[in-house]
Amino acid sequence: MRETMMKETSLIFETSQPGRQGYSLPPCDVPEIDLKQLLPEDYLRQTPPALPEVSELDTVRHFTRLSQLNYGLDSGFYPLGSCTMKYNPKVNEVISRFDGFLSIHPYQPEETVQGCLEIMFRLDKILSEITGMDRFSLQPAAGAHGELTGLLAIKAYHTHRGESKRTKIVIPDSAHGTNPASASMAGFDVVQVKSNSRGGVDLTSLREVMSDEIAGLMLTNPNTLGLFDENIKEIAEIIHKAGGLLYYDGANANAILGITRPGDMGFDVVHLNLHKTFGTPHGGGGPGSGPVGVKKDLIPFLPKPLVELRNGQYVLDDDLPLSLGKVRSFYGNFNVLIKAYSYLLSLGAEGLREISENAVLNANYLLHKLKKLFLLPYDRLCMHECVFSGLNHHDQGVAVLDIAKRLLDYGYHPPTIYFPLIVHEALMMEPTETESKETLDEFIETLYSIGEEIKNNPELVRTAPHTTPAQRPDEVGAARNPVVRWKPKIR
Amino acid sequence: MSRYIANTVNQQNKMLQEIGLNTLEDLFIDIPKEVRLKQNLELPKALAEMELVDHLKSLSRKNWSLEENACFLGAGVYDHFIPSVIDTLISRQEFYTAYTPYQPEISQGTLQAIFEFQTMMCELTGMDVANASMYDGASALAEAMLMACQATKRQEILVARTVHPESREVIRTYAAARGITMREIGYSNGSLDLKELESHITSTTAAILVQNPNFFGTIESLREIGEMAHSNKALFIVSADPISLGILKSPGELGADIVVGEGQSLGNPLSFGGPHLGFFCATQKLLRKMPGRIVGETKDKNGKRCFTLTIQAREQHIRREKATSNICSNHALNALTATIYLTILGKQGLQEVAYLCLQKAHYTLKQIESLKGFSPLFTAPFFKEFVVTTPISPEELNRKLLAAKIIGGYSLNKTYPELKNGWMIAVTEKRTKEEIDSLVQRVGGIR
Amino acid sequence: MNIIKDIKYTVSHEWIRIEGNTARIGITDFAQNQMGTLVFVELPEVDDEVGKGSPLAVVESVKAASDVYAPLSGTITEINEALADNPELINEEPYESWLVTLELSNPSEVAELIDSAEYEKLCQQGE
Repeated sequence: MRETMMKETSLIFETSQPGRQGYSLPPCDVPEIDLKQLLPEDYLRQTPPALPEVSELDTVRHFTRLSQLNYGLDSGFYPLGSCTMKYNPKVNEVISRFDGFLSIHPYQPEETVQGCLEIMFRLDKILSEITGMDRFSLQPAAGAHGELTGLLAIKAYHTHRGESKRTKIVIPDSAHGTNPASASMAGFDVVQVKSNSRGGVDLTSLREVMSDEIAGLMLTNPNTLGLFDENIKEIAEIIHKAGGLLYYDGANANAILGITRPGDMGFDVVHLNLHKTFGTPHGGGGPGSGPVGVKKDLIPFLPKPLVELRNGQYVLDDDLPLSLGKVRSFYGNFNVLIKAYSYLLSLGAEGLREISENAVLNANYLLHKLKKLFLLPYDRLCMHECVFSGLNHHDQGVAVLDIAKRLLDYGYHPPTIYFPLIVHEALMMEPTETESKETLDEFIETLYSIGEEIKNNPELVRTAPHTTPAQRPDEVGAARNPVVRWKPKIR
Repeated sequence: MSRYIANTVNQQNKMLQEIGLNTLEDLFIDIPKEVRLKQNLELPKALAEMELVDHLKSLSRKNWSLEENACFLGAGVYDHFIPSVIDTLISRQEFYTAYTPYQPEISQGTLQAIFEFQTMMCELTGMDVANASMYDGASALAEAMLMACQATKRQEILVARTVHPESREVIRTYAAARGITMREIGYSNGSLDLKELESHITSTTAAILVQNPNFFGTIESLREIGEMAHSNKALFIVSADPISLGILKSPGELGADIVVGEGQSLGNPLSFGGPHLGFFCATQKLLRKMPGRIVGETKDKNGKRCFTLTIQAREQHIRREKATSNICSNHALNALTATIYLTILGKQGLQEVAYLCLQKAHYTLKQIESLKGFSPLFTAPFFKEFVVTTPISPEELNRKLLAAKIIGGYSLNKTYPELKNGWMIAVTEKRTKEEIDSLVQRVGGIR
Repeated sequence: MNIIKDIKYTVSHEWIRIEGNTARIGITDFAQNQMGTLVFVELPEVDDEVGKGSPLAVVESVKAASDVYAPLSGTITEINEALADNPELINEEPYESWLVTLELSNPSEVAELIDSAEYEKLCQQGE
């Protein structure tokens, strides 16, 4: 109860003192001209923005305090399904902060940025080899952004072939919400297909929706249930026969590194989440990076520019007349690309395969050990994550939300809950390869003791958490009367 | 076993045994044989940490860092000073290794920081509401365009040619996908041509999009443009330079409905173009149509003030194909950077930075225009960036300046060929008089 | 679960009270229960024309959002403005908290709506 006794953390604006300052700037060393001579008075601001006035120490204390209200990956186990919360190696952080990477302007002459271009060129090659694709664009800023980009490439491809009637994208009902949202943003209509009893795409339903209006299929494999769709070759054949393309959502790529490749499964377009699979930090919600890879036929449609090696010099080529255009400024989240490049170099081919082997081993271990505690909607080997249903605890009036909140009291970040939508009371765990058997055993033990609490003292679980800085925020109130900014009190 | 993997071979075997399998291979039984890789991937061999650092260090040395070269290049991203507290604070693992704050109980740090960020963005832009940030300024502008089309139920937009060329390319991509017609409006004397705008705006126009200061550094007549938009029931979208808002009137005060912008200037390193952040602000009326994450204030079960992600029914994880956008993440760490930057500079500091940029840029122009063969292209008021014509091509000029460890301005030859040999110079508070004088001297000596 | 006898329903959980050539439309008790506490209702504007089956309104809770479809074609004559500040009225009294009234452009469509007995059957299957 310690934290609840503490007073609320002040907003930085509330600690502000008029006239206090934390910055220092050199005096103006050029001859100064009266402002009003430089800019029309009507352009000038009368009241300065109400930014805080605080000292450097105030700033440091405030943000340090805020950080202490967070739970990071270095704080403890983070088995968030679908998010691949693996350890973020420190050396990558150090490397990404080299001056020669941080202080580089994107419009500097090419001869002054050869190091940056070389990294992009090499990373493209490595990602292509891992996925079985022919070329990557590193431009997309995130997974969803990669989806949009990949779908626009598919659209440009069909349009170029005179098939602009292909306006439909097929998406399984187990997909992430970003899939249909990206399809809609790319101007496609969404056709949903059902999952079969093994959690894969239902082939009959898939065949039924095929037509000459199908632009493609978006698939996550292993899917969001953590299951590998063993019919993938048939699925690819059905789509390709109908003239559509296959899009691989790389959200779950951590299961397949060095084991199988989307390109070999029949996929034409792939996006990867560098912030999941390749160990770059999530940053509390970003920045990530979502490069998009394609097979040869789709290269002309990728965003511009692409990095090429010509006469021993790396160049940015934007002479791509069929390109889908640009989806953001410049070339991508370069600083994130460095970290992924560094991560990949630290592993090599064998290291990469060991990642997937251990990620899948850890997930199956959890699955095996916890299936007595929860329901298992699909009882088979899983890949990098396992999905349970907590419906069996409903009799005690305990929902998976309560179990998740109770885990907070034990110092864990809870698993993903209520996703995928096709499992009632879903509880989705992704341990990743960087966790040890000891960590998993402790976690399993904790869940079993919560199971005992549910039997003996369900109220304790229903009202959890009891030790965190905030407890069950009123989300209805927040959404009904949104307060999205602080305002100075009127005196 | 490769590093970063914790289980020993012994442990692996124990775990396999528990599961009832013999080998690691057995875990992948569901993957059809014909799609299994038969051999190792062809990748560079694994490097030990010290080899890795050496390799990346040598790559970084192939780049010309702005730490050793004076930068007069802007065009959307700027070499501003970054106070030391920023990296110290954003390097705290609780910030940078955390996930999206979906569990508010253990994410109050990220949530409160975003709430403070949203407040600061509203203060700067003069708008009612802000979101938790977007990928960058260009995609934020494109999303603003989509939102305006949804809100007005119209499918046509007018974009000033004085908007950053890359932003216009992104808008074009996003608009084409949704079947939205995009028309570009030209400029005169470096700012949006109001007459041309007037002749193109109609009752089917969803929005007018401008940038301020615009790509050339010129300050646009926001009030007039806004009035023109509103008299046609179109929305007025402004992409603003946040540093300029230390001294310039806010777009909100001048009638903007949506204000977005590139937030790199606020303490984020240039990083060869990313990651930076886009900010996204709007009027209260548009709140529920906004893309991206939004943090709201509320109370917890003990009545204590706290923060949580809110109005999530707009977002992709709930609304799926009907979501306001597909955006899932935000650039939280870059937004945190901006928040710390605006905290340490504060009310006074931001004005001072803006003032220094303004003075130094005007001094630089004055010096350059005194050189033979150089003259300003426009006479309209500008902030920290301006355009001059050069006697030799700007590309050649820049190449010669490299020898003096100067990164020269942006050449307009490719993006605005009609402004032949236009050279765009940006001057931030970091450029000293000595550096400016050295630029002028070098440029003057080039034939 | 509450189902009122003398009004009409749709399979997508709207209720319709026919008053001459006007229809008053809301969402059913079953629907509000599925949604959970509502936090926002987006309504069309008066004079908007809607076709049968087209999106009419959106109801939002914290964790869900759902389209309300026009059960009949017509022109919006009234919107229930009280819902703007108090969307929870729908949770409290779903059959009193109408969303809109509609002047019917094709009254023959009324015959395609289902009655309370049929709706009750449908909800039982769904549970």
